[in-house]
Amino acid sequence: MSLKLRIWRQADARDKGSMVTYQLQNVSPDMSFLEMLDVLNERLTLDGEDPVAFDHDCREGICGMCSLVINGVPHGPEKATTTCQLHMRHFSDGETIDIEPWRAAAFPVVKDLVVDRRAFDKIIQAGGFISAPTGSAPDAHAAPVPKADADAAFEAATCIGCGACVAACPNGSGMLFTAAKITHLGLLPQGQPERDTRVIDMLHAHDEAGFGGCTNTGECTSVCPKGIPLETISRLNKDYRKALHAAS
Amino acid sequence: MTDYYSLGDPVADTKAPDGPIETRWERRRFGAKLVNPANKRKLSVIVVGTGLAGGSAAATLGELGYQVKSYCYQDSPRRAHSIAAQGGINAAKNYRNDGDSVHRLFYDTVKGGDFRSRESNVHRLAQISVQIIDQCVAQGVPFAREYGGLLDTRSFGGAQVSRTFYARGQTGQQLLLGAYQALERQIAAGTVTMHDRHEMLELIIVDGRARGIVVRDLVTGEITTEFADAVVLASGGYGNVFFLSTNAKGCNVTASWRAHRKGALFANPCYTQIHPTCIPVSGDHQSKLTLMSESLRNDGRVWVPKAKGDTRIPADIPEDERDYYLERIYPAFGNLVPRDIASRAAKNVCDEGRGVGPGGLGVYLDFAAAIGRLGRDAVEAKYGNLFDMYQRITGEDPYTTPMRIYPAVHYTMGGLWVDYDLQSSIPGLFVIGEANFSDHGANRLGASALMQGLADGYFVLPNTIGDYLAAGPFPKLDGENAEVAAARKQVEDRIEKLLSIDGDRTVDSFHRELGRIMWEYCGMERTDAGLRKAISEIRELKAEFWQRVKVPGDGEGLNQSLERAGRVADFFELAELMCIDALHREESCGGHFRAESQTEDGEAQRDDERYSYVAAWEFTGDAPVLHKEDLTFEYVHPSQRSYK
Amino acid sequence: MAISGAALVLFLLAHMIGNLKIFFGADAFDHYAHWLRDIGAPMLPHSGFLWIQRVGLLVALVLHIWSAAVLTIRARKARPVKYAHRKPVQGSYAARTMRWGGVIVFLFVVYHILDLTTRHLNPVADTSKAHAAVAADFGPDRWYVTAFYTLAVVTLGFHLRHGIWSALQTLGVSNARRERVLKAVAFAVAFVICAGFLAVPFAVLTGLVK
Repeated sequence: MSLKLRIWRQADARDKGSMVTYQLQNVSPDMSFLEMLDVLNERLTLDGEDPVAFDHDCREGICGMCSLVINGVPHGPEKATTTCQLHMRHFSDGETIDIEPWRAAAFPVVKDLVVDRRAFDKIIQAGGFISAPTGSAPDAHAAPVPKADADAAFEAATCIGCGACVAACPNGSGMLFTAAKITHLGLLPQGQPERDTRVIDMLHAHDEAGFGGCTNTGECTSVCPKGIPLETISRLNKDYRKALHAAS
Repeated sequence: MTDYYSLGDPVADTKAPDGPIETRWERRRFGAKLVNPANKRKLSVIVVGTGLAGGSAAATLGELGYQVKSYCYQDSPRRAHSIAAQGGINAAKNYRNDGDSVHRLFYDTVKGGDFRSRESNVHRLAQISVQIIDQCVAQGVPFAREYGGLLDTRSFGGAQVSRTFYARGQTGQQLLLGAYQALERQIAAGTVTMHDRHEMLELIIVDGRARGIVVRDLVTGEITTEFADAVVLASGGYGNVFFLSTNAKGCNVTASWRAHRKGALFANPCYTQIHPTCIPVSGDHQSKLTLMSESLRNDGRVWVPKAKGDTRIPADIPEDERDYYLERIYPAFGNLVPRDIASRAAKNVCDEGRGVGPGGLGVYLDFAAAIGRLGRDAVEAKYGNLFDMYQRITGEDPYTTPMRIYPAVHYTMGGLWVDYDLQSSIPGLFVIGEANFSDHGANRLGASALMQGLADGYFVLPNTIGDYLAAGPFPKLDGENAEVAAARKQVEDRIEKLLSIDGDRTVDSFHRELGRIMWEYCGMERTDAGLRKAISEIRELKAEFWQRVKVPGDGEGLNQSLERAGRVADFFELAELMCIDALHREESCGGHFRAESQTEDGEAQRDDERYSYVAAWEFTGDAPVLHKEDLTFEYVHPSQRSYK
Repeated sequence: MAISGAALVLFLLAHMIGNLKIFFGADAFDHYAHWLRDIGAPMLPHSGFLWIQRVGLLVALVLHIWSAAVLTIRARKARPVKYAHRKPVQGSYAARTMRWGGVIVFLFVVYHILDLTTRHLNPVADTSKAHAAVAADFGPDRWYVTAFYTLAVVTLGFHLRHGIWSALQTLGVSNARRERVLKAVAFAVAFVICAGFLAVPFAVLTGLVK
């Protein structure tokens, strides 16, 4: 198939950037989206042009590094699929595809389609952990966890930290990411001692990092490659309300 | 043969105490010097890599009070490739009361490694395995649980006991996030400083001690020298030398290889694990291979057509024209034979011209019988997410047509040589996780990589590094130091060289070609003639690389082509050493199968008389020097593996 | 946002129920309008309760708009560079029209007060004749009033549908099991309020109420 690609090109953080059009022939429907970009980059390199910079690593949908907004949708048209697992068979011959980076103040563009997502690490630093220094642990069976809680905690913990939720949110909010961690740790008995401080500190870090506020639009969950549900945000809000109450 | 390498002095690992194996670790810890808490603050450690080993080590060293500097090439420590591990983590908890014990895990691991690992190390690993589970649960790792609220386990990779703890098919992700969160806690506490999007490009050795690294900031292109009292490499394996592997695209050998060039011995580089159940290559554009969990073989039946070149769709091939070759050749284990055996059997049938799919490089993994027996819903409940992933990638529905699978490079057992303390042959340079060679011998068992990474990072290194650091802090360094300046200049010169060639071939085109050579001659089956051919082809290609590679852009700022070029340049040198190691080891063991060394019915034939040693290679710039570390087995006696 | 919104929703419900009095005839409706002014008497002066309510509403409204403004400004700051290709909606339309919907509703409220409270824009200037004012307002000759009223009420319906659910989510009441039920409740409340408010002008328009 042949494609018309319009790709965001930006030399570095200071550059203004613009959409640049490329034509690409002989794209196989079996290629992944990133392999299609590999082919473009091989050609650009040989033509003496600067290849398109984009983040990627595991290419199997789990590291959370890939981060392209494809035709306006983070990770593209397939539900619950990261960009690296999206294949060209979902596009048609002759199609125009727009490719842009995540857009958020908290995720400044580094180059082309690469953004800086360290704001997420900052949120985790604020409290997205259980303080359990190495060697201090009791036996693993000391605190049984009801299966339903363990399963729900796992579901929330599958978040890959890609940032698609922020990219999709009209408010540029990172609430789904924050809420997924709050939910994961808050459902486990080991997470209880720090539960109140965790939610307050993480929310503070979230706001501090320049993310927008949540208005429950649900755009985040609809693009989440791991299907983290909106109810995690409700959980976060409940924890926050209780934590404020406990603090006062 | 000897023109490829020369023989040096044997190496001995003297750090493990003698005597009863059960108490060696305890006695080593007691024998090690301690650093008093006030002094820890004055001691600094560099940790390269933030996977299970590096992340857990940096966090734990930070908790102990050392000043830790952590580096990773990804945009966040959470992205290290440990995250992609699916199956689970072994631990000798014996929660099932099914006869498991530390000794049995030790025994299984030594045997699974085809008697090419150190007993002391493996025993320690088995002992520590139980603490790992406790630690991870305390951190909030959401392991699978039973209705009673206790941890669930499953048997994995042919083990006869149920000792594998898991979190759906995402165990690696959950364990890594546990380590990552512990690391972020230390970053917030100020004990660890994190340098993401930084790549180590050289090791700094001053007065014979590893004292720092030269790194490139991948965003600004700035080259800096970083100093510490000790350096820990946790930079993972080198499977990407094959270009196509299940590794992440960024996985590379550069950190290890730079240390090797500076004097660290590289052990058993030819030991490569090839995983039998991956999605086959679909075309020349392929950039990586995706693993399908081994658990699929519990219910799927592996087959190919009996006739060569049969291009009918699977549904049109009648039952009596199918060859369920694993069930035929290995009636006792059938489809559940270990990874190396399943992989080689797939290669053999494809070599016979009976492979299926594009290029004839694939075999069927058929769930029709399981769906018939258990019903579609039951199969979906067990494997639904894997089936979905397969469909996403191939566009085929595995419920109605058999999956196609083919082996792919998955893990490298070889790595930098380390002693019992996990210290390399360079004082002050420690190597942990997949980057070292220590615990898996010639073949790694399923669910053991996660165990080893976390054992090294949480429990072994933090205990052993103190023995070394007790002699510190070492003299302060700066860029004026001649050895530091030289290391920095090496990096700058190499980058300049790569950028100045301005040839007519891309980095990837070289990497692909190197991968093809390695897969062909140093893959699932190796021969004397093939390896010699590979070495000469690698040398030619390497020379061509340095003449014709085209690296666009400059060194200022983000330049992903430049990053890849440096990594591929190191892969060339590693590839040659892998082939030399494979050539010199004229036996088959674990992941290393030499066609000349097989039993009458085609199974791997070890040669304990001649090869019961670790091959530790010294870099010379010319023919490498082989140092042997003899392996002794006091507790588990070598035997021939049989799965018939 | 959630709490001020909740206060406004309660008012809307009361207002809507009061409006429906019109179906009991002109006397009943005017009596209701007078009663509103006498609540609390003799403890409160004439219209005292109404003024308390008005002040309360104003506070809620100001808080609601202020919160919305803060969120909007934060959202603008959080995405300084817009997407070149923006596929509008993945989630729900109701959710994505909150801001403009809010503005439309606000403009309507201003008009509505000038129309039916102060009567500046109403043919019936006598504020004691509530029924007459309504009947005159929505007559067929003033179809544009009904049209604007309908537009505003439907917009309000959308606003409420997302707003009620969103408030429950913000207050942490929702969870996976309840989510569908709460969304249905939000829809039902929005629908009832919408239908209740629309019933009056259409009854006038069709001659059901004279």
